[in-house]
Amino acid sequence: MTFEVGSGLSIGVILATVILVAAMLIWVERRLLSFWQERLGPNRVGPFGLLQVVADMIKIFTKEDWVPPFADKFSFVLAPAIIMTVILMSFSVVPFAPGVGVVDSNIGVLFVLAMASLGAYSVMLAGLSSDNKYALLGALRAAAQMISYEVFMGISILGVVALSGTFNLREIVLAQEENGWYVIPQFIGFVIFLIAGVAESHRLPFDIPEAEQEICAGYHTEYSGMKFGMFFVGEYLGLVLIASLITVLFFGGWLGPAFLPPIVWFSLKAFAFIAFFILLRAAIPRPRYDQLMSYGWLFLLPVSLLNLLITGAIILSTS
Amino acid sequence: MISNTGNNSRSTGQVSAALVQLRQMHGNLIVTEQVTCDGMPTVWIERQSIDIVLRALRDETTPRFEMLFDLTAIDERLRSNRDGQPDSEFTVVYHLMSFSGNCDFRIKVALQDSDLSIPSIVRLWPNANWYEREAWDMFGIQFDGHPNLCRIVLPPTWKGHALRKEHPARATEMEPFTLDDDQLDYEQEALKFKPEDWGMKRESENSEFMFLNLGPNHPSVHGAFRIALQLDGEILVDAVPDIGYHHRGAEKMGERQSWHTYIPYTDRIDYLGGVLNNLPYVMAVEKMAGIEVPERVKVIRVMLCEMFRICSHLLFYGTFAQDVGQLSPIFYMFVERERIFNIIESICGARMHPGWFRIGGVAQDLPNGWEKRIQELLDFMPARLDEYDSMVMNNGILKRRTQGVGVYDTKEALNWGVTGAGLRATGLEWDFRKQRPYSGYENFDFDVPIAVNGDSYDRCAIRVEEMRQSLRIIKQCMDNMPSGHYKSDHPLTTPPRKENTMQDIETLINHFLSVSWGPVIPPNEVTMAVEATKGINSYYLVSDGSTTSYRTRIRTPSFAHLQMIPEISRGFMVADLIAIIASIDFVMADVDR
Repeated sequence: MTFEVGSGLSIGVILATVILVAAMLIWVERRLLSFWQERLGPNRVGPFGLLQVVADMIKIFTKEDWVPPFADKFSFVLAPAIIMTVILMSFSVVPFAPGVGVVDSNIGVLFVLAMASLGAYSVMLAGLSSDNKYALLGALRAAAQMISYEVFMGISILGVVALSGTFNLREIVLAQEENGWYVIPQFIGFVIFLIAGVAESHRLPFDIPEAEQEICAGYHTEYSGMKFGMFFVGEYLGLVLIASLITVLFFGGWLGPAFLPPIVWFSLKAFAFIAFFILLRAAIPRPRYDQLMSYGWLFLLPVSLLNLLITGAIILSTS
Repeated sequence: MISNTGNNSRSTGQVSAALVQLRQMHGNLIVTEQVTCDGMPTVWIERQSIDIVLRALRDETTPRFEMLFDLTAIDERLRSNRDGQPDSEFTVVYHLMSFSGNCDFRIKVALQDSDLSIPSIVRLWPNANWYEREAWDMFGIQFDGHPNLCRIVLPPTWKGHALRKEHPARATEMEPFTLDDDQLDYEQEALKFKPEDWGMKRESENSEFMFLNLGPNHPSVHGAFRIALQLDGEILVDAVPDIGYHHRGAEKMGERQSWHTYIPYTDRIDYLGGVLNNLPYVMAVEKMAGIEVPERVKVIRVMLCEMFRICSHLLFYGTFAQDVGQLSPIFYMFVERERIFNIIESICGARMHPGWFRIGGVAQDLPNGWEKRIQELLDFMPARLDEYDSMVMNNGILKRRTQGVGVYDTKEALNWGVTGAGLRATGLEWDFRKQRPYSGYENFDFDVPIAVNGDSYDRCAIRVEEMRQSLRIIKQCMDNMPSGHYKSDHPLTTPPRKENTMQDIETLINHFLSVSWGPVIPPNEVTMAVEATKGINSYYLVSDGSTTSYRTRIRTPSFAHLQMIPEISRGFMVADLIAIIASIDFVMADVDR
């Protein structure tokens, strides 16, 4: 078995790495947040508190995994599985480096967007099946937020697609080798994708579906044990995915000076965005749900459409 | 009577003006007038004339009394020193406050146990609602015409009325507590929210309402506090705050602790206020005992109080930002607060609840080198406060979340008994420290910040500015600390000065009795209030000439503020409600006592 795109070995390695990285992010986030907040963070378990993740995992696996008697059992169990599955599926089209990836799909971009849409089901099902009022409010907010922000997310990357002429993520990276990183011609697209990405992964400041101060934990209020753990790790997986996609679409993926191997370049870039998302969480308050909606539809939508229109006009006039 | 120094000295002249007018208008309704050592005009009337008299004081006299400051009752059945007071088994006490005239008025109504009822005054002042419920809860007094007279502080299933003298004060006087399954179900059923009890409909013409139980355990209700929400989607139609989960019977404990040993309990009323809570209590006792404290004591007290004000405001500031979703400020502010607590610890020996004030002074003198520690505080705080301004107050998202949310004007504020920053945010420049200086506040140079919009953002902005003013006061304390003794040389000072005990036997006996039994405070009544961290905090003490208080009434600002929540949050969204709650700045210990 060889390590090439699509081989069993590479699928296994990528799957394990992605999940491991997502789990380690629990530690990274807590340490970074505490660094920015004048405190220490978890530093007791293992060197620099690195084994905190192991401790958390042991706790989460051994906790009672309780399904409330009033919940709709089937969809209650299904919901956390969906989020894990769709996000891991999305990783299959991400080109990490030359020769590293799961599939080279010609519809890579569309596949990611499709998976993101399915992700909304997880949150909605979780909220509805819990039969809890806080979860219900969370699910309503999540449905509105995720579906709206998918629209802007989709439109914001159409500029990149138009410039590179392909939906294949690997070819988009290769196209940037000749044309330079797309963050320069598509800066507006990048900003909108970034904002929509935060909204999609519902992290602070856009963690409205699970706003702790308002609706406890929103859609996953009733979850415990590993089912909660799946939402928890799913959120970090989503974070890694968004950071990877930004790297691929706008920052030239694995491209970089040759003194470092491509996979390291990819990881560095992706990590920079992950750290940026964590910084956002430390810095910005949460807008109200209707403010977020009107911001999306009244500001992001026209701007992203305009961006697409201008990109199209430039491509037409230069070709 | 002892001369009217301190709290109400300025108001005496104007108060008698209102009293003179009342005598002219309704002289026939006045049963008798009582003299108390705080100089507040106190008038006994019959219960059927309560509406006329209160209405006259609210609308007709000059000055008008805009606020029902407090409403409470006294169980008089065991009281021996009642010279000149009408025969009464239960006395209902109304405390009115005038902001235009800067004075107070006390109305008392005598009731007999066999016929414990009195007309409700909810129509006159909406905030009477909770006060009357509390009086019913605690004394069993029926308020005729009250919209929903049910228990408020004690559990709905409670037997008896806790502040009546026959009700046990200690758990050891009661049966051992048990809770079997049937009882558990019964208690849970009693806690269930029934919208019909509050005149709420379950559905409107085109939608069914959702009733959401926010609390008693919820991340942003700041303690054990429950609000039942009536929601149309995410829009708040109505709300019913439910309090009492943090009730510890502080007023009842006042009747069994000695005057001295009650001081630590006051610390825990507004548990963020520390010694600031001791102040109205010890001042009230000093008033009745006739103790004049030395200048040094006054300045030490002011300095410590202002440090606690900063601590409390910092915590408010951080949680306010956190409740609108900003994670970091609370951590920065905790660092600051910790540094101030370290300074407080080096002075008092304890951090949050030093219980450091004493009747007639403070517990110890300031430690050597205290100026250095205070200077530390004055050096680091201003820069940090500026930093927080740019982080929190100037943040666009935070402004959009809080400006125009939870607005009320001065008239509404007075109607609902709002005091403190919530009142000043409506544009009324009224600070107890300025209007009725106590403990020497008249000697300090500081400003009273006000705002004009009366919204959540303004309430926060006021407190931020108050921290800067507190720093100014602390600096003046440091620069002008008088020399002298840290305790008054008065026999009722507790514990008394010890210097002469080894020289003469009288002093030794006095010291021994005062330390073992506690001081005996002469029979009297007094109300003493201060500008606490959250509004006006006042103690109404009744002494029957014994080592314990006969009745301790604690009027806390947060109680009144919480009652107003439904009024100012209707029509907003759940997220706004959280911002409104955050902007009120309350702790449940201060509400439930």
